[in-house]
Amino acid sequence: MERDDIIEYSLDAGHSEEEGRIIRKKILFVTILLSVITTCEVLLGVFWRNWMPGSWHWVKWTFIVLTLVKATYIVMSFMHLGDERRNIRSMILLPYALFLLYLIFIAIWEGNFIHETVTHFL
Amino acid sequence: MSGDASKTLSNDVLWGGGRSPFSVSYGKLMIWFFLVSDALTFSGLLVSYGFARHSLLPGVTWPVGEEVFSKVPGFSAHLPLMYVALMTFILIISSVTMVLAVEAGHRMDKKGVVKWLFLTIIGGLFFVSSQAFEWSHFIHGSHARVALADGRTAYLDENPEGDAKIDPATFAMHLGSVHGEEVSGPEAYKLFQNAVHVTYGANMTENEYGPTSYANFFFFITGFHGFHVFSGVVINFIVLMMVIRGVFQRRGHYEMVEKVGLYWHFVDLVWVFVFTFFYLV
Repeated sequence: MERDDIIEYSLDAGHSEEEGRIIRKKILFVTILLSVITTCEVLLGVFWRNWMPGSWHWVKWTFIVLTLVKATYIVMSFMHLGDERRNIRSMILLPYALFLLYLIFIAIWEGNFIHETVTHFL
Repeated sequence: MSGDASKTLSNDVLWGGGRSPFSVSYGKLMIWFFLVSDALTFSGLLVSYGFARHSLLPGVTWPVGEEVFSKVPGFSAHLPLMYVALMTFILIISSVTMVLAVEAGHRMDKKGVVKWLFLTIIGGLFFVSSQAFEWSHFIHGSHARVALADGRTAYLDENPEGDAKIDPATFAMHLGSVHGEEVSGPEAYKLFQNAVHVTYGANMTENEYGPTSYANFFFFITGFHGFHVFSGVVINFIVLMMVIRGVFQRRGHYEMVEKVGLYWHFVDLVWVFVFTFFYLV
């Protein structure tokens, strides 16, 4: 019986000079993308009052969406989760996402509820 | 008690796939488990920050990031968010140098790994020292909150540097808010001297910028993250020493660089969220 827990996956992880060039090109693309997004975020944070006054709601959601785009690129490209098997990807991301969506929902909902309650009844 | 190990099991009940469903080594799987649990801790902290912010008492306003963090070391000008943007950029770049170190490791290029790992450590050190500056700026404060004897609130035009005393000749404060009506001169100074309480900067019990919980969350979340960066720098340094000594060249693979790389990318990932929810939103 072959035991699969002693397979040396690590020895298999290498790549050639040619593959390295392609990977570095991808890294450069992600670097530029992350820098551009961060610059946009900072400019929006400083100047949104001059550019589109009164639209804080939209600015806020723009920040959140841009952050999620950045996070996706870091996890999928830099952490190589996009190159792993679907099994390990799902095992890491799905339970975490499910739990976190619930946690965010319940905390923000309850927070708003407490704010409304103390505003109207205190 | 005899377990499964001592029995000969039928091949029908064993998994005969040949490769594991994950196809990663034990160490890499375990660092992923650790990162998921650490991510849950950070999520818990940020979500509780969101809860505190959404459940404010009426009349209390949450501080605005670009007004609290508006200083760059060496510049006296009002530069909102510029320094924290630079910090974020440096951390992202150090993440890039880390992924380049991993790539060099896959080609068994020892020189490349040493170079990129070294640059990663430099970026990490820059980030940690910048965070020390942010903390000192935040603790020192910029516009002390003055609770006047008549119940109004005023904010100093500028906090005195270090141990310096407030000069009555140049004294000025703003009524209501930091941008409120400016009052100066001897009368304003008299009001200030008769004030009930003056809050300079931020600490665990009071905070000139707004609710105390804002300062508490700031210290805890950025402190916890800063400690992660610090330990990441230490681990990177240890691995760099091992790379230089040729440990991984002899082992035949640079997976250890990949594993500390995962931790380092995670630290960067957390900062992306802290930056958004603490400084921008």
